[in-house]
Amino acid sequence: MVKNPSIDTSLLPADAATEPLLAVDNLHVEFTTRQGLVRAVNGVSYTVNAGESLAVLGESGSGKSVTAQAIMGILDMPPARIPKGEVRFRGTDLLKLSDQARSQIRGQRIAMIFQDALSALNPVFTVGWQISEMFRVHRGMGKRDAMKKAVELMDRVRIPAAKQRVNDYPHQFSGGMRQRIMIAMSIALDPEVLIADEPTTALDVTVQAQIMELLAELQRESNMGLILITHDLGVVADVADKIAVMYAGRIVENAPVHDLYKNPGHPYSKGLLDSIPRVDQKGQDLYAIKGLPPNLLDMPPGCAFHPRCPYRRDNCVTDVPPLYEISGTRGSACHYYREVLDGTVE
Amino acid sequence: MAPSSEAILEVRDLVKHFPLSQGIVFKRQIGAIKAVDGVSFDLHRGETLGVVGESGCGKSTLAKLLMALERPTSGQAKINGVDLAKARGSELKRMRRNIQMVMQDPYTSLNPRMTVGDIIGEPYEIHSEVAPKGDRRRKVQELLEVVGLNPEHINRYPHQFSGGQRQRIGIARGLALQPEIIICDEPVSALDVSIQAQVMNLLEKLQNEFNLAYIFIAHDLSVVRHISDRVAVMYLGKIVELGKDADIYERPAHPYTQALLSAVPVPDPEGREGRERIILQGDPPSPADPPSGCRFRTRCWKAQDICAEQEPLLEIRAGGHLSACHFAEAHDVINA
Amino acid sequence: MSNDTLPATAPAAPPAKTPKKEKAASLWSDAWYDLRRNPVFVIGAAMVGILVVISAFPGVFDSVGVDPSTCNLANARKGITSEHWFGSDNLGCDVYSRVIHGARVSILVGFISAAVTGIVGGVLGLLAGFYGRWVDIILSRVAEIFFAIPSILGALLILAVIGRDNAGIGSVVLALGLLAWPMVLRIMRAAVITAKHQDYVVAARALGAGPWRIMLRHILPNALAPVIVVSTINLGAFIAAEAALSFLGVGIQSPQISWGLMIADARNRFLEAPLPLLFPALFLSLTILSVVMLGDAVRDALDPKLR
Repeated sequence: MVKNPSIDTSLLPADAATEPLLAVDNLHVEFTTRQGLVRAVNGVSYTVNAGESLAVLGESGSGKSVTAQAIMGILDMPPARIPKGEVRFRGTDLLKLSDQARSQIRGQRIAMIFQDALSALNPVFTVGWQISEMFRVHRGMGKRDAMKKAVELMDRVRIPAAKQRVNDYPHQFSGGMRQRIMIAMSIALDPEVLIADEPTTALDVTVQAQIMELLAELQRESNMGLILITHDLGVVADVADKIAVMYAGRIVENAPVHDLYKNPGHPYSKGLLDSIPRVDQKGQDLYAIKGLPPNLLDMPPGCAFHPRCPYRRDNCVTDVPPLYEISGTRGSACHYYREVLDGTVE
Repeated sequence: MAPSSEAILEVRDLVKHFPLSQGIVFKRQIGAIKAVDGVSFDLHRGETLGVVGESGCGKSTLAKLLMALERPTSGQAKINGVDLAKARGSELKRMRRNIQMVMQDPYTSLNPRMTVGDIIGEPYEIHSEVAPKGDRRRKVQELLEVVGLNPEHINRYPHQFSGGQRQRIGIARGLALQPEIIICDEPVSALDVSIQAQVMNLLEKLQNEFNLAYIFIAHDLSVVRHISDRVAVMYLGKIVELGKDADIYERPAHPYTQALLSAVPVPDPEGREGRERIILQGDPPSPADPPSGCRFRTRCWKAQDICAEQEPLLEIRAGGHLSACHFAEAHDVINA
Repeated sequence: MSNDTLPATAPAAPPAKTPKKEKAASLWSDAWYDLRRNPVFVIGAAMVGILVVISAFPGVFDSVGVDPSTCNLANARKGITSEHWFGSDNLGCDVYSRVIHGARVSILVGFISAAVTGIVGGVLGLLAGFYGRWVDIILSRVAEIFFAIPSILGALLILAVIGRDNAGIGSVVLALGLLAWPMVLRIMRAAVITAKHQDYVVAARALGAGPWRIMLRHILPNALAPVIVVSTINLGAFIAAEAALSFLGVGIQSPQISWGLMIADARNRFLEAPLPLLFPALFLSLTILSVVMLGDAVRDALDPKLR
C-alpha cells in the first residue's frame, strides 16, 4: 500500500517487501547520569507488520518507553546514547539517517501519541490550528483547505460537533476528547506505524474503552502497524496480536497474545498474570512477585529477575539467559522456560 | 475476622457543595460544584466498603469529608455515634485517633525533610497521651516490622525508598494510633503492577490482625472486588448502586454499573471478540450543573421522560440490593 | 534476603535518583554534599571566608602597625613603597590598611541586611502564605508598596531623611532592608503556598496536627530553600548597594572607612594617583564576585531545576 507519494522512495532498498514494516534489532540505549551509567535498554528486538498490534508490556523503568523514543528519534542525546542496534523501517536503518531524513519520517510515516494529552497540546493555539498545521507544514496546503481537513479528522476520531469545536482551545476539552485530538494529529498524515505510549492510563475506565475502540478501528481502516506501550494486562488482552514483556531493559518473553495468557513462558510474565485478583481467590492472599524491581545503576548479575524468581538455580545468578526460541513465534529469556511452561516449581 | 453487624461509621445525607464565586473584591456566589450530594451508608467493624467511580464522581471529596479535612455543607458522619461534622477542637482531635488514611501518591505524601522514624512517630507527638516518650522509638520500629520494612531503616529519608516501600511507610503512619477505620484513597494505583499485589496483601493482613474497617476508594474494579465485602458505585456525587461484592459484580442493576463493568479490560484474550461491550457516549456532565432527575440519564440508553422529571431513589430494586434507577434490571455483564 | 516481601538490605530507591552511598542522607546533607564538590562554591566560600576573617581581625592584616587613621599629608599620593603596599591617598593615608579596614563595613552591611531581610521577609511570607485571606492581603499589599520604590532612589531618600549626622552602618542596613524584604516575602509566600497543598501537609492535618506544627515541621523546611538562595544572592547586591550609597555620600561617613567612600574620595585625582581608587574597587569587585559564585552554587545545590 503506497501511502504517501510525496515521499522520496529512493530511500527504500529493494528488499523492502520481505522486511517487516518496522524492526527493532538488538537496540541498546544508555543514559549518563550523575550517579553513573544507566543501561535503560539492553538489546531489545521486536518487529511490527502492517495491520499488526504489538503490545510492549512492562513496569516503570523497564525501558519500554525509552525504546519507543529511540524509534521516534526523540531521545535527548546526550544524556542518552545508542551504542548498538538498529531500528529498521522498511529495511532502512533509521539510526543511520541524517536528522533531516529522520524528521521526514517522524510524524509522517511513524507517529506517536502520549499519555498526557494536555501537556502535549499547545495551550495558546486552537485545536483546529494545531491539527491543520500538520497539513500546512508537511503537505503545503493553504489555510482554508487545511482547516477543512482538520474538521474531517475531528469527525473521524468522533469528536461531536467538530465544525463548531474546531476553534476551541485544548483546555476547553475533556481528557478523553484531548486524547482524541492527539490521535487526530498523529493519524493526520496517514502514518504506517503508530506508537501509543500508555494512551489511556490517565483516563477513566469508560473513556478508556472509547479510546481503545477508536484506536482499533482506525488501525483496521488504514492497516497501520500499532505499537501499544502499557503496563495494563487487561488493555493488552483486549487489543494486542502479540506481546513483548520487558523487564530491566530486556525483552524477557515474546509471544502471540493468546499463547502468553494461556501459558506464560517466563517467571516474570507468569508472576504478573498470577497476581491479577481473581473471583475465586477472594479472601485469600494474592500471588505477589516478591522483592523489588532492580536498580538500573546496580543490576544483579546473570538474569536480572533472579533475586525475585521462584525458579532460580545457581546458573541464573551467573549466566544472562538468551532469548530461547520456544516455537517459531515465541521466545523466553529464562534458562528454565520449560519448567515455567509446565508449571512445575521446585 | 468476619465483619460484625455493629456500625462504627454511619453516614447520612452527606452533602458538600463548593461555592463558585465571581469577582475579586466583592465576591458573589454564582453557583456551586456539587461534589458530594446526599450520600448515606454504614460501615461495620472489620468490614471493607469499596467505593468506585470515575474522576469527578466525588469519591475523593467523600474521603476528605470523612477525614474531617473538609466540613460538610450538610448531613452527618457519625463515628461510634458521635458526629464528626459537629466535633471541634480537642474532641475532633480525639476522634481522629479512630479514623486514619492511606493516600494515593507515595511520592508526595511523605515529608521529604523528615526521617522515616519522625514520619511514623509524628502521630505519637501529636497525640502524646497514646505513647510515653521513651516508648515511641520502639513502637515505630514495631510498626516498621508490621508493614514489612527493616526496623533498622528508621533513620532513613523517604527518597531512599522505592514507591512500594514508601506506601508501606504511609500505611505504618496510618496504623500508629490504632484506628478502627482506615480510608484508603487509591492506595495501589500509583504503584507498579508487581508491587500492587504485595501492598494489597499487606492491607488484608493488617485488617485481619487489627480488625480494621476500610473504606477502599479505587478505580480498578478487580482490585476493589478482591478486597471489598460491599461496594458502592458513585456517579456525579451520588451513590447509584450499593451492595455485596457479588451483587455488584454478578447482578449489577444500574446501567452505569453495567457500563463500568463492561468497559473494564479483562486480562484474558479468549473470546474478546464476542464480549459484550457497553461503550458509553460522551463524558460525565459537570458537577456544577448536573442533569435534572437521574444524573446518568444524559448517557443512558434506557432513559425515558420520567428520568428527567423524577430522581430515582437508592432503594432495594432488581437483584435484591440498593440501586437508583427507574429501570433497574439485574444483568451479568462480565459472564454474559 | 531475610523476609518474604522485601530484601532486607538494598536501599533500592527509584533507579535514576538513587545515591550510591549507603548512609542515611537528608536532602540538606545531600545539598551540602553537592556543594562541597562544586569548585565554584569552594572558591567563593574560601574568598568570602578570608574577607570575614579580615573584617573580624583587621589588625592582624594591616601593614606592620600602620594605622589607617593616622595620615601624613607629606605622603599624599605616593606610589607603592615598602611601607605603603598599595600606595597612599590624597590625605597621605595608607591605602592598604584602609582597604583592609573597609572590608568590615561591606561585610557587616551585607550580612546584617541579608539576615534581617531574610528573617523579616521569611517570617511574614510564611504567615501570609500559610494563613492566606486578610493576613495575606494586608501583608502583600504593604509589601507591594515598598516593592514599587526603585531601590537606590528609595535608599537615597530614606538616608536623606535620616540625615548625615546619624548615618552609619545601622542606617544603611535600615534603608536597604526596608526596600528588600518584600522580595523575600514574595518568594517565601509562593514557596509556602506550594508546600501547603502537598499531600504530606494534608496527611499531617488528618493526624490532627495544629497550625504551628504544620508550619514549622512541614512547611518551613520545604519552603526554606528558595529563601536561602535569594538571601545569598541579595548579600552581593547589598554589598554593592552600600558601596554605591557611600560613594554618593549618603551612606557611611568619614571617619569611618568604606570602599565606596574611598572610591569617591579618590576619583577626582584618579589620573594622577590611580591606586587609591583601583585597590578598593578591586576588593569590592572580588567580594561581589565571590558572593555571586557562592549564590550560584547554593542555588544549584538547593534547587537543581533552576539551573
